[in-house]
Amino acid sequence: MSYINKPKFKHPQLKTNEIGLTRRDYEGTLTTLCAGCGHDSISAAIIQAAADMALEPHRVAKISGIGCSSKIPSYFLSKSHGFNSVHGRMPSVATGANIANKDLDYVGISGDGDSASIGLGQFCHIVRRRINMLYIVANNGTYGLTKGQLSATADLGSKTKSGEESLYDNIDMATLAIELGASFVARSFSGDKQQLIPLIQAGLKHKGFAFIDIVSPCVTFNNTDFSTHGYKNTWENYIALSEVDFVPMREEITTSYSAGKAKEITLHDGSVIHLQKTSNNYDPYDKENALHHINKYKKQGQIATGLLYINQSTSDLHELQDTVDKPFNTLGNHDLCPGNEVLTDINETFR
Amino acid sequence: MPELVSVPTPTKIQPITKINNFVVKFANVNGSGSASANNMFAKSVFRMGIPMSPHNIFPSNIQGLPTWYEVRISEDGYLGRRDNVDLMIAMNEQTIEEDINTVVPGGYVLYDSSKALANRLIREDVNYLPIPLKDICLREFPNPTQRQLFKNIVYVGALAAFLNIDFKILTAMVSDQFRGKEKLILPNIHALELGHQYASDNFKCPLRLRLKRSNKNKGKILMDGNTAVGLGCVYGGATIASWYPITPSTSVVDSFGKYCKRLRIDPGTGKKKYSIIQAEDELAAIGIAIGAGWNGARAFTATSGPGVSLMQEFLGLAYFSEVPVVLFNIQRVGPSTGMPTRTQQGDLLSCAYASHGDTKHILLFPATPKECFEYAADSFDIADRLQTPVIVMSDLELGMNEQICDQLVWDDKRAYDRGKVLTSDQLEEIEDYGRYQDVDADGIPYRTYPGTNANKGSYFTRGSSHDANAAYTEDGNVYAEVMDRLARKFKTALTYLPEPEISDMKKEKLGIVFIGSTNIVIQEVLDDLGKKDLSLDTMCIKAFPFHKSVKTFIDNHDLVYVIDQNRDAQLKSLLKLESNINEEKMLSIKNYNGVLITAEAIKQAILDSMPNLLKTSEASA
Repeated sequence: MSYINKPKFKHPQLKTNEIGLTRRDYEGTLTTLCAGCGHDSISAAIIQAAADMALEPHRVAKISGIGCSSKIPSYFLSKSHGFNSVHGRMPSVATGANIANKDLDYVGISGDGDSASIGLGQFCHIVRRRINMLYIVANNGTYGLTKGQLSATADLGSKTKSGEESLYDNIDMATLAIELGASFVARSFSGDKQQLIPLIQAGLKHKGFAFIDIVSPCVTFNNTDFSTHGYKNTWENYIALSEVDFVPMREEITTSYSAGKAKEITLHDGSVIHLQKTSNNYDPYDKENALHHINKYKKQGQIATGLLYINQSTSDLHELQDTVDKPFNTLGNHDLCPGNEVLTDINETFR
Repeated sequence: MPELVSVPTPTKIQPITKINNFVVKFANVNGSGSASANNMFAKSVFRMGIPMSPHNIFPSNIQGLPTWYEVRISEDGYLGRRDNVDLMIAMNEQTIEEDINTVVPGGYVLYDSSKALANRLIREDVNYLPIPLKDICLREFPNPTQRQLFKNIVYVGALAAFLNIDFKILTAMVSDQFRGKEKLILPNIHALELGHQYASDNFKCPLRLRLKRSNKNKGKILMDGNTAVGLGCVYGGATIASWYPITPSTSVVDSFGKYCKRLRIDPGTGKKKYSIIQAEDELAAIGIAIGAGWNGARAFTATSGPGVSLMQEFLGLAYFSEVPVVLFNIQRVGPSTGMPTRTQQGDLLSCAYASHGDTKHILLFPATPKECFEYAADSFDIADRLQTPVIVMSDLELGMNEQICDQLVWDDKRAYDRGKVLTSDQLEEIEDYGRYQDVDADGIPYRTYPGTNANKGSYFTRGSSHDANAAYTEDGNVYAEVMDRLARKFKTALTYLPEPEISDMKKEKLGIVFIGSTNIVIQEVLDDLGKKDLSLDTMCIKAFPFHKSVKTFIDNHDLVYVIDQNRDAQLKSLLKLESNINEEKMLSIKNYNGVLITAEAIKQAILDSMPNLLKTSEASA
């Protein structure tokens, strides 16, 4: 399908959201990924998430690295600026962009090769710097674009299509993010839209560094019965720690939630995350508890998903550095240049 | 046991007599607190109105290794390094023999006579100035740290007596230096007095080697290039500095931070109009600057050769995707770790063509601290105007040594040139916006910042090949069109780049071509050769790509000497490659020993080339 242009036709009766846009206004170009690729489901989830919460597309900036994952930003929000940067270096570009203009929503899209190998250093440091953004790793355990080498997130013993077996322990991006101080950490599955969409919405609205590790099978190179990142294994071993629901700030809460089992998390902008049917003893505010749960399920060969950890009391980089309220990219001569009189005084200190 | 003598016998040759024209060299152990004392000495000479230039020669080390501080004092304004030392302050036992041996016959050696000097260190042709620094400090200061630090101040006090430095200048400087730490002022002044007193009581002061007040420094300041760069970034409107510590560039960001703390705090809220990120490595440092540049803020990184090597991939991305970014390369000796604390102009080629594929970058070559300030500020306008990386090429010599230059001036009418950036309203007027369309046929397309307009102007920035509308393409012809436009843009760049500084064309047959820090030695070369009735024109190149006037200058001379502070004649190579200059018209003079090339070395190289060149004219004479 990828050789044709995407038709611009819009059905006149398409539902519009509260800023008058239809779902189509949140789409991107036609995908060039393989048919059935998990990454396309991620694009679709982002489109749905953004349309449902009535994001202004042009107030979003999409930034990615290199690889199949990093093509994703082309396939959603074509009215947003995008930046497909250098392999493993999306975090630094996103950091700079965020410092330049704190008023946009930033979505970083990366992959397991991009963030767990070549860019592991940058990943760690963007977490430490608490950049206010949503950082998604489309995690398929393999290098798709170079035809199926194992990646650093492939589980020990997992096998690719060519039969290559992972001999090394994997890097778990979610636990790593929690350890390094990310204030919103989730894991999901490209196949579970119902869970993924509210997580994306909550991640976008969370103030601080929000991270979602999304298992996103590579249908071409890593979807065997022996791969822990394939559809079969993921469906079979997928544990949702809770059902997630997201209610944007403006909307009235209509669903009723049974007391006791539900957890309600109000985000900075007034949006609310509802966690339903939370498994026993699971507390997403408790870092150690979250790590314990993830590792416990991992030992059983299971993948713990949902909102794993949240901390709303941390500051983002702009707060830490105490920058002015106006975005840097709107500051001009008057704001920035001290002028000749000051320079004359400075000259005096060099005599 | 080596034979010891307490006081060397008087020299058998006449002490040298020099006023305002000599070299004082301080040999110290690094980490001993000598730097600020030595600087105090240099600045006092400056405040006496006498041209002088200090040079730091220091190890890549924090404590315990030899370090030298050379101060060339020259009423004539010759401020390059000169090899022969007239007065040595020999404070380092590791190097004392070598240090004493570099003193000219008739010169002076000041040393700490608390311990007797070994016989092998006694030269009959130099004058010794023994001062029991350690004993004096032991007697006068109870605190062990002070005892160590004040040895340096005591010898500065002694130098004031020996060389006839106005003592008031020194005490004023101490008060300036310790403003806010008043407790330190008195003991420092006391230390100065101790040295002054001892020298006056025990020697005939001043020496024949001495200073005399002058008036040559009116309207001048004493500043190092890195401080000037940091200040220039503040004036040029940079809001973001992302960097990774590396000698000799570190003080660029230190300076930026220092002036931002003072000048970039919002008076109403106390909040910061700047951000400094110490990145995890140089890749991230430039990535952050590029992300910021893409999003419309002025950002820079400062680094040195090894950092530039790590930034190569990102530089190619910024070139091809046309994102403005400014990089300060304070060059040091390579390759690899090389000599991290020594100077070189060795990154010309690696910066001009940084990254893979067909890339070319704008280079600026400031030659004085004042130009470091100006070019730093200008570089942001140039990067925004041309939507491409601008690399400002300084070096350790210019960056880390104070130099006398004209005071800094800012034109308050000047407005930042943000280049071709479309506003939301402008976008509404445009029917068919395309990020890489060459609308004005100058190779520079129009850009938009993210978030500008709800319906128009968004595009996808990528390092993959793209068409005029920023869409991905693997059509080779479309790719080639973009590359050709980038080449056109590089030509347009000349409109915005500083012209070379060419001396009054005396229509000489010979010329000298140079860049950057070499500038400081050129006047001395010309005057020395003038005494031999040899006259040359000069050209200080300020930017790459080269202006047409660069080629014209070389074409108009029979021969030019191209001065390169690197092994492979990189400036000459770049001239040959990019300006189509006949190689036979250029003769290389090179220096790559880690210290600034001397006027003497250039003069000698030119004279050495003469027999061949002047054969014809000599025959006719």
